[in-house]
Amino acid sequence: MTATVATHVNGAPVYYDQAGAYHPPNSTMLGFWLYLMSDCLIFAVLFAVYAVLGRSYAAGPSGADLFDLPLVAVNTGLLLFSSITYGFAMIAMQAKRQGQMLAWLAVTGLFGLGFLGIELYEFHHLIHEGAGPQRSAFLSSFFTLVGTHGLHVTFGCIWLVTLMVQVAKHGLTTANRRRLMCLSMFWHFLDVVWIGVFTFVYLMGSM
Amino acid sequence: MAADHSHDHHDDHHDDDGFHVSYQGYATGFILSVILTAIPFWLVMGKVLGNPKLTGLVILGFAAVQMVVHMVYFLHMNAKVEGGWSMLALLFTVALVVIMLAGSVWVMYHMNTNMMPTPDPAAMRNMP
Repeated sequence: MTATVATHVNGAPVYYDQAGAYHPPNSTMLGFWLYLMSDCLIFAVLFAVYAVLGRSYAAGPSGADLFDLPLVAVNTGLLLFSSITYGFAMIAMQAKRQGQMLAWLAVTGLFGLGFLGIELYEFHHLIHEGAGPQRSAFLSSFFTLVGTHGLHVTFGCIWLVTLMVQVAKHGLTTANRRRLMCLSMFWHFLDVVWIGVFTFVYLMGSM
Repeated sequence: MAADHSHDHHDDHHDDDGFHVSYQGYATGFILSVILTAIPFWLVMGKVLGNPKLTGLVILGFAAVQMVVHMVYFLHMNAKVEGGWSMLALLFTVALVVIMLAGSVWVMYHMNTNMMPTPDPAAMRNMP
């Protein structure tokens, strides 16, 4: 460790950690978990907004008119599959099989992109039909909630590609393993949020 | 992990992050979550229960169970992770979320129901 030792006036050595090389064990994971919890609060606020405004149609279309449940089911399936393939990537990482891990990460990324593609198609379709976010309070809150989730998945995909490049370049170093574990938590967390979205927004909205 | 421990003890000493995953854990979580996803979709798309209020409550119950399943099998959450601090943060967040959601819905529901009846919009436009 690159630490300078100076002597304090009373003779006791004083240590300076210059390179920031020392990480107390596990602190990153706890910190990332706290970030996820704060992200959870953002989603909770958006869910609360949707709960309050979700039935204010302003004489416009309701969820029952707009939502295409088979498409939502496909989307849910894609996200679920991406969760288990990320899990397989983590198992491969644990076994230090880098190629296998990268392959599973690629599959996960494709599922993520598939999810985003369907969501963008759905948004485009809604806006095309005149059911854009400006149509009613219901649609504003719908687009904000689902769009925020989609934005998170987008950044998850970017992060995934970044990590694949890093692992391909530098291998499964301690830092890369830590990053992959953070992304694992992020990815699974987004899946948990999606459970709330498909239940509360799509299923309950189309009844 | 225990086997790695002996040889990379110096440079990778914070490698043992309590991260132990298995096919079995992920497979269990996956199968459970597929079941817990399929049933709500079936209930709503097939209009199985007939009563929308009852269906709503049932699928919210399924969602809650599925969230716990994901937490346990995918996010590896238990009371021992990070010496219990993760669980504490989670419980605190859940408490905040419940207060915020229930409070918003409660307050806004009463605001809506106790609102004075709106006169017709044309008359409102001419109000001082």
